[in-house]
Amino acid sequence: MRTTYREAVRMALREALARDPRVFLMGEDVGRYGGTYAVSRGLLEEFGPERVRDTPLSESTFVGAGIGAAMAGMRPIVEVMTVNFSLLCLDQIVNNAALLRHMSGGQVAVPLVIRMATGAGRQVAAQHSHSLEGWYAHIPGIKVVAPATIEDARGMLAAALADPDPVLVFEHAALYGLEGELAEDAGPVDIARAAVRRPGRDVSLVAYGGTLGKALAAAEALAREGVEAEVLDLRVLRPLDVEAILASVRRTRRAVVVDEGWRTGSLSAEVSARIMEGAFYDLDAPVARVCSAEVPIPYPRHLEEAALPQPEAIAAAARRLVGHG
Amino acid sequence: MSEPGTAAVPSREHGLALLSDMLRIRRLEERCAELYGQGKIRGFLHLYIGEEAVATGAMRALRPEDAIVATYREHGHALLRGVPAAALMAEMFGKATGCSRGRGGSMHLFDAGRRFYGGNAIVAGGLPLAVGLALADRLRDERRVTACFFGDGALAEGEFHESLNLAALWRLPVLFLCENNLYAMGTAIERHQAQLDLTLKARGYATAAESVDGMDVLAVEAAARRAAEYVRAGEGPFLLEAKTYRFRAHSAYDPELYRPKEEVERWKQRDPIPALEATLRAAGLLADEDVAGIEREAAREVEEAVAFAEASPWEPVEDLLRDVYATPEGRGGGAP
Ligand SMILES: Cc1ncc(C[n+]2csc(CCOP(=O)(O)OP(=O)(O)O)c2C)c(N)n1
Ligand SMILES: [Mg+2]
Repeated sequence: MRTTYREAVRMALREALARDPRVFLMGEDVGRYGGTYAVSRGLLEEFGPERVRDTPLSESTFVGAGIGAAMAGMRPIVEVMTVNFSLLCLDQIVNNAALLRHMSGGQVAVPLVIRMATGAGRQVAAQHSHSLEGWYAHIPGIKVVAPATIEDARGMLAAALADPDPVLVFEHAALYGLEGELAEDAGPVDIARAAVRRPGRDVSLVAYGGTLGKALAAAEALAREGVEAEVLDLRVLRPLDVEAILASVRRTRRAVVVDEGWRTGSLSAEVSARIMEGAFYDLDAPVARVCSAEVPIPYPRHLEEAALPQPEAIAAAARRLVGHG
Repeated sequence: MSEPGTAAVPSREHGLALLSDMLRIRRLEERCAELYGQGKIRGFLHLYIGEEAVATGAMRALRPEDAIVATYREHGHALLRGVPAAALMAEMFGKATGCSRGRGGSMHLFDAGRRFYGGNAIVAGGLPLAVGLALADRLRDERRVTACFFGDGALAEGEFHESLNLAALWRLPVLFLCENNLYAMGTAIERHQAQLDLTLKARGYATAAESVDGMDVLAVEAAARRAAEYVRAGEGPFLLEAKTYRFRAHSAYDPELYRPKEEVERWKQRDPIPALEATLRAAGLLADEDVAGIEREAAREVEEAVAFAEASPWEPVEDLLRDVYATPEGRGGGAP
């Protein structure tokens, strides 16, 4: 069937609410407004205000309440409008959700799912555009996933809900309108493995979330020049599927890591270090990175575009590695 | 709420000035909406249309040395603070001549020279900044007010409560101005606040408070003057609530599923601009030529601003990394 990323997330939410009475959705404007990105439109009408709960603008408290409800055995799905606003509930996520199992000596579980939008590309300026999922991927005790395809938008939620630990789902805001085919019987997918989205033998382009499409576009351009790029979609940012990364690099002997986060202290730094630790002698060239420029995302279109990883920059980095640059 | 009609009829000159201020905001924003449709202004655009009496009345109580902190719905506040319409429009276009060099856009208008400290798009993010600006004044014995505008949605954030408490505890000169337009995006205030009487919230923090009809610019001005005097006299912070209404969608992406059209129409009957016109006409203070003159001036200001923004240059891409730190690489110097 023809659908969108947005509708795929909605299908997953609807199915979760229908299947498990412990599941409820809460967040700012998820109900009457229909969701900031129109993801949850119609769910309030279908499931009622007890299970689709509009919250006040109190990120710290409603996320904390989600943690508490999860401790008590519910399966809350908490929506935080964007990762930028999640900084108001960072304390609850990092000091409670991530730590409770360990601090309690394994007695307390937090089977919570937190969804949030991330990323730039819509000219909404610095306080609405950042990609901070790499920060969350630093924290033991939480899992971090980034659906980049319609199948994953449809299938990751069920796996996240089935997980006994807190899972953060990062939906890139520029992907909601993405259109594509989805199998009628599409269902849950794993949240354990990275996926090769395009095989190739000359260079590995490692990407996730909003940068997957850009890496695929770069691979397309490279193919026209006779360079076969493999595109690896990380899918899960914590715990990283290091085996898949190393296997790809061993095939291609070169890697470009693409990350919408800033380069310094980023997820791309982690991926690069893992390659260095695990496949150093398989490499024909140093790992390259294409990240956001070290600047808050500016408003004007030309500067925003210049600040973000773009297919041309990814292709150029790959060309340099294969000696075509 | 202050009694209706407690605000005396203003002088002709003053009445015309208030009318002009509100119309300047209204016409500027109507043009912004058009420009948004044409793709000249992009990103988010939050219009203040319907709420103009609040900023207009409140600004009259402030002096040039006072500081202002606002939200992402701040075009009117910036304009009345004296940010030239041209610099404001250029900012919305993202041009290098904008009041924030084009980096911020509609939600992040700044003019530090006029002590206009933004333009904050994190709900309640500005309140602690206002507390700090006021603290600096206190520490330096400056008799200035910091006016902090925020929406009803901010009432639910911890920062609102923490800021009121701290400002009251330290008796800081902050005028907290809640623009209660009854909605935080699609969530009506009854669905996000357990206590709807904001003066009671303030009382919980030992803070003086008053509630005023935000559709009546004269009432807002009178209340803001009382509040600002109190704050300036060193009595501590003050919470002024202006009850108002946003006529347009929250932003351009909002399909407005959450409020009935009749409700919007009912509030439009209370449009603060015709209301002031009616008051002035009834008092014999306003003639048709006056309105025509104000409209002409407002239209000229807007068109000049648009022309300036159109003609202004884009910032060169080579400058992408500027203004992240004081020095280009942000490397620290030696020990001072
Ligand atoms: C901390 C935070 N949470 C959520 C948002 C998204 N958001 C932007 S405006 C808004 C509504 C705010 O309503 P209110 O404070 O009443 O101001 P109004 O828009 O009505 O002027 C929301 C939820 C945000 N910008 N910041
Ligand atoms: Mg509001």
